[in-house]
Amino acid sequence: MKKIFASTKGLTDRPTHYCPGCTHGVIHRMVGESIEELGLRERTVGIAPVGCAVLAYEYFNCDMFEASHGRAPAVATGAKRSRPDLILFTYQGDGDLASIGMGEIIHAANRGEKITVIFVNNAVYGMTGGQMAPTTMPGQYTTTSPFGRDTAEVGYPVRMTEVITQLTTPAFVARVSTHTTREIVRAKAVIKEAFRYQAEGRCFTFVEVLSTCPTNWGLSPREAVKWVEKEMVPYYPLGITKRPEDFTEEWKDGGH
Amino acid sequence: MTKVLMKGNEAIGEAAIRAGCLHFFGYPITPQSEVPEYLAKRMPEVGGTFVQAESEVAASNMIYGSAGVGIKVLTTSSSPGISLMAEGLSYIAACELPVVLVNIMRSGPGLGGILPAQGDYLQATKGTGHGDFQLIVLAPSSVQEAVDLVVLAFELAEKYLNPVMVIGDGMIGQMMEPVEFPPEGQGKPLDPGDWALTGCKGRKKRIINSLYLDPIECNDINLKLKAKYDLIAKKEKRWETYNCDKPYDLLICSFGMMSRICKTAIDDLAEQGIQVGLFRPITVNPFPYEACRKAMDKAKRVLVLEMNMGQMLEDIKLAGEGSKEIDFFGTAGGVVLSPDESLLKMRKSLRKIPKATKAKPKKKPAKKTKAAKKRKSR
Repeated sequence: MKKIFASTKGLTDRPTHYCPGCTHGVIHRMVGESIEELGLRERTVGIAPVGCAVLAYEYFNCDMFEASHGRAPAVATGAKRSRPDLILFTYQGDGDLASIGMGEIIHAANRGEKITVIFVNNAVYGMTGGQMAPTTMPGQYTTTSPFGRDTAEVGYPVRMTEVITQLTTPAFVARVSTHTTREIVRAKAVIKEAFRYQAEGRCFTFVEVLSTCPTNWGLSPREAVKWVEKEMVPYYPLGITKRPEDFTEEWKDGGH
Repeated sequence: MTKVLMKGNEAIGEAAIRAGCLHFFGYPITPQSEVPEYLAKRMPEVGGTFVQAESEVAASNMIYGSAGVGIKVLTTSSSPGISLMAEGLSYIAACELPVVLVNIMRSGPGLGGILPAQGDYLQATKGTGHGDFQLIVLAPSSVQEAVDLVVLAFELAEKYLNPVMVIGDGMIGQMMEPVEFPPEGQGKPLDPGDWALTGCKGRKKRIINSLYLDPIECNDINLKLKAKYDLIAKKEKRWETYNCDKPYDLLICSFGMMSRICKTAIDDLAEQGIQVGLFRPITVNPFPYEACRKAMDKAKRVLVLEMNMGQMLEDIKLAGEGSKEIDFFGTAGGVVLSPDESLLKMRKSLRKIPKATKAKPKKKPAKKTKAAKKRKSR
C-alpha cells in the first residue's frame, strides 16, 4: 500500500491533554512539521509557556524548556545569545504573552532576537478556568468579566501583531488563523516561513495564531470556529504585516 | 603575577571572565552598574556576549536560558533587583542549573538608598524566592576576596549544579583596591553534561522543567534537592577566625566589610592588651555553625556587629544554642560604623563580662542538662 500521510517527527507520540475542539493540537502539528521539513528539529530548542500549553514540552520532539509565566522570550534570548547555532522558538498563549509577559515580548522583538514566537490567541485564559485575557473581545463573557468585557472599565483587546509591527527593528510579523482548512494551510506556510527566516539568521519572527477555546467560550467546536470568523477575524485582521527590509519575492508564502 | 588597582565592581566582572564566563545578562542598578559597564566593553574583546536586559526579571530568565543550553553565565544586581530576580532563581535552583550572581547590597527596605548595607542576608541565605531551595552564598570582605570568591562561585555552581550568590555590601563594589587575578585563558567552558539543551542530534530529547503535578514526584524532587544541600553543607563550609589563637573573653561575629572594620578595632584593642576574637563566615549559606560554636565556646560573651538590624544574629544564636550571652549592634540605611565606633561597642560588651568567673562551673552543667533534655524529647 502507498503511504500517503505520516505523522510528523516534530511531535512525540504522546496524546495531548487539550480539550475537544481546541486548535492547540493543529498548531503544534504545524510547528512540528515546519521544523522537521526544514531539517531543523535536531538543533531546535522550544520553550513552553505557563497556560494551557504548559505541557508542550512533552509534545514537541526536540529539546524543550519550561519557562515561568510570560518569560519565554527572555529565556529564548539567553539561550539564543549563548548558542546562536540553535533554533529557538517560544510557544505562548495570550495571558502569558500579552499580559504578564508583555515586557519580555516587546523587548525581545525590539532587540531583534533571532527567535520564533508562536503566539496562540484564543481570547481567554484557558488553563486557569476561562478568565478575561488582554485579548478578550468587547462584551465577551468570561469568569472575571461575568457581565461581558466592559471596554470603559478594562479597555479594548490588545492587538499584539500590530504592536510588534510598529517597532522600528526589522522583523517578520504575521497573524494567521485556524478556523478553516484553507486558513490552516496558510498558517502552516507562514509558520514555516518564520522558521526559515530564523534559520537564515535574518530577524525576529512572530506569528499570532487565532485559536478556539470551545470549553471556556461555552460553544461547540463547530460554533467556536464560526465565532473566530465572525467575532475575532474582523478585530484581528489576518495577514503578514511586516517583513525584513531585505525581503524578496521568492520568500512569499514560505517560498512555496 | 602583578597586582592591579581596580574598582570592586570592575574586578568582579574581570574575575568572571578569568573563570571562563563569557556570557553576561544584567540590568543597571546603583551601586553595581560598573559591572555591566565594564563587561559591555570587555566581553567583545574576549569574544563574549553582553546583553542589557529590560529588567531584572528578564535577566534572571535569560541566565536560566543561557545556563540551560550549557553556558557559564553571570548576572549582577543590587538589593531591589535581586527581589525581582527571585522568580528566575527559584526555577534555576529547581532545574539544577549552574549560574553565578552577585548582589552588591544597598540599603532598604523599599527603594532604600544607594549606600552600603547588609540587609539582604536573610533573603540570600534563607528565603530568596518561593519554594524549598537554597543558594550557596559567599560573602567577601575585600575586593581581592570578591575576585577569589567569584572564581570559586563558578566552580561550586558547576560542581553542584546550583545557583551561587556572592553578596558584597556596596563598599565592596565601589572601593578601589589592588587585586591579583588568575591568568587569562585558564577558565574552562562549562561541561554540558547529560542535561544541557544542545539540540537532540543523535540522542533522545531533553527537557528542563520544574513542573511536577504528581505530588509523589514533586516530593521526590524536593528530597533530591535536600540531599544535595546537605552534601554542600557537609563539604563546603568556609570561615575565618581572627585573633582567636590567644585566649579571649569577647568574640565578635561579623561578615563582609563589617568584619574588616572590626579587625582594625580588634588590633587597636590588642595594642592596649585586650584580646578579642573574631569569627567571620565566608559561606553564609551553608553557615559554619560548628566552627562558630567552637569559637563561641572559648569566649565569655559574644558581640554581633552587622550593617542590618540583626540578620546573621539569628544564625549566631542557632550556633550558640543559648550557651552564651549575645550582644548585638547594627546600623542600616548606609550608616557604617567606623573602627573607633566599633571599638566602643566592643568595650561596652567587655564591661558586661564579670571579672571573676566562679559562677561558670555552676552555670554550665545546668545548660547542658537542658540541651540534653531537648535532644531526648525529640
